[in-house]
Amino acid sequence: MAIEIRNVCKSFKDVNAVQNVNLMVESGESVALLGPNGAGKTTLVEMIEGVQFPDSGEIRILGRSWEKDEHFLRKQIGLALQETRFLERLTVEETLNLFASFYFLGKERTREVIEIIQLESKRSTWVLHLSGGQRQRLAMGVAILPLPQILILDEPTTGLDPNARRDLWKILESFKATGTTLILTTHYMEEAQYLCERILMMDQGKILAEGSLSHLLDKFGEGDLIEYVIEGAFPTKKAKELPGVLSCRWDENSGEGRLAVKNISETLPVFLQLVENSSISLTSLECRRRTLDDLFLAMSGRHLDD
Amino acid sequence: MIKILIRLILSQFKIFFREPGVVFWSFGFPLLMAWILGIAFANKGEALHIVAVVDESPDASYSLPEWLLEKTGANSTKYSAESGLEWQVGENNGEQARFRFKSMNEDEATRALKRAQISLWMLGNPGEGIQYHFDPDNTESSLTFLLLERAFREQGSTEPQSEIQPVTMKGSRYIDFLIPGLMAMSIMNACLWGIGWSLIDLRIKKLLRRMVATPLRKSIFLLSHGLNRMILSAAELLLLYGFAYYYFGIIIQGSLWALLLVFLSGYSAFAGIAVLISCRAQNTHSGNGLINFVTLPMFVLSGIFFSYHNFPDWLTPYVEVLPLTMLANSLRGIITEGIGLYDVILPSIGLVGIGCVCFALGLRLFYWH
Repeated sequence: MAIEIRNVCKSFKDVNAVQNVNLMVESGESVALLGPNGAGKTTLVEMIEGVQFPDSGEIRILGRSWEKDEHFLRKQIGLALQETRFLERLTVEETLNLFASFYFLGKERTREVIEIIQLESKRSTWVLHLSGGQRQRLAMGVAILPLPQILILDEPTTGLDPNARRDLWKILESFKATGTTLILTTHYMEEAQYLCERILMMDQGKILAEGSLSHLLDKFGEGDLIEYVIEGAFPTKKAKELPGVLSCRWDENSGEGRLAVKNISETLPVFLQLVENSSISLTSLECRRRTLDDLFLAMSGRHLDD
Repeated sequence: MIKILIRLILSQFKIFFREPGVVFWSFGFPLLMAWILGIAFANKGEALHIVAVVDESPDASYSLPEWLLEKTGANSTKYSAESGLEWQVGENNGEQARFRFKSMNEDEATRALKRAQISLWMLGNPGEGIQYHFDPDNTESSLTFLLLERAFREQGSTEPQSEIQPVTMKGSRYIDFLIPGLMAMSIMNACLWGIGWSLIDLRIKKLLRRMVATPLRKSIFLLSHGLNRMILSAAELLLLYGFAYYYFGIIIQGSLWALLLVFLSGYSAFAGIAVLISCRAQNTHSGNGLINFVTLPMFVLSGIFFSYHNFPDWLTPYVEVLPLTMLANSLRGIITEGIGLYDVILPSIGLVGIGCVCFALGLRLFYWH
């Protein structure tokens, strides 16, 4: 077992940041902690990385505790934080060499990492002159330098543009293949979906639900969605009777409505027929699969990016 | 439009007053500085000018204190065995000056002048002619001379014969007083800004948290900062001394081992203080404020540019235990008076003690993330 968390609680003044959390992570497993700001993700991760300590409960990493084996554990954990600002007037290579020295690694490893994070052309560039995406790739490089058994990424792509985010995902995906255990905190559900097999949804210091994406969707949010905006009086009663409809909701004031359906291809034609027959005008239509954000909204009343 | 302007101004006021640290550094700190500086410089006209009187022949029949007592009477002079004779002039016309005369031999007077404990020393008496010994480049001494000469002229029945003997021998000039003070200040700044600010900056950038998440030992991390700044600080001091040597001809008259000991103990004191003040600061405002809070009072009080003997007597014992004062006095002693290793052991123990206490406390409170 890579990480064992049992009945862990942590509070700051009058805020219960983490409340009685239990979590077991197998070696090689990838786990995403998903939740909005203030959900308790970062506090939980800081306790895993030994920066903070629980008020009660127990955390064991690779079968050891922080109190007794700090020096050993520091060598086994790679860490990338949201927006780490490295020393601005060191070059990419100097920064990696500095951190490599903390792990007693040679310059050969630095060269390998520079290739992995695709910063060969920026090897001699000051950190000051790197873009946001390049800086995060450098942070990732520092995290994977010691070939860690556990890689902890605390919102590694927050604030990056979609291309930079995707570049980082590719690097991480290739690194995951080495069998490293990955703990990722994020409030981007795509990121959790892309990188992790197991997703934990957190809010107010508690784990609301956990499982694979398909498990969560099947268990907590059945069906697909047809979302629409209608001008005129939408026949809600008739819509509920359409084949495959699980639920129907329509707001008279905004004209916005949503059908939860078993199968979009089965229900969409009859829904369009109903709109035509009812002499109402359809101004917007979107058909999509249910997402983690929909689940989170249903469970906590908040969006993931709140 | 006016409403928007008012709303914006009010919002900015709220932001300002909801940050207690900013309020203190904006209002409290200037008041504190004004109070300290006020004590130092307020009522400058009444400032005490300390003058050493050197009697060439102890059996001189007409010494200066006797002459003063005879001319001015007991109302404007007072005498105590501890502080010597005090003379206040110009009480009625608003322009006041207060002099304290201390009887010394020439060696004692020369040493006191080097330490800025006196503004000048004089030889002879107003009836026969006086020699004033001071560095004309020192504004404080020049002012004392002018005030004193005028006071004598007003009191004396005959015009006193005065002669200025410029003190230009190495070790007794104002620059000899200034350079060791600047060296002490350089050590203080190297530590507080070089170590203290640098640690705060690493914390603000989250780099501190990132570094201690590696197997890097915290002691090695702190030691690297200490040693790095110590090497830079030594280089700064060498450069400053090299300049002072070639340009002003300042030479180190005392023991180099004593100088090394004082440098290391002074450095350890300020390195410890740097760790203590950087142990909790989480943002630029509080970091800047804390460092200024420590440096500025010492900058003013510790006698870097002018003697702290200008301050009221009750303040002197407190000023003398400030680390910058101890460091500056020790450096001055070594460079201008030629004192040796034995003479700096006590202040060095004091400095190392301050450093150890601050370091231990800082490390205990240190916020690593």
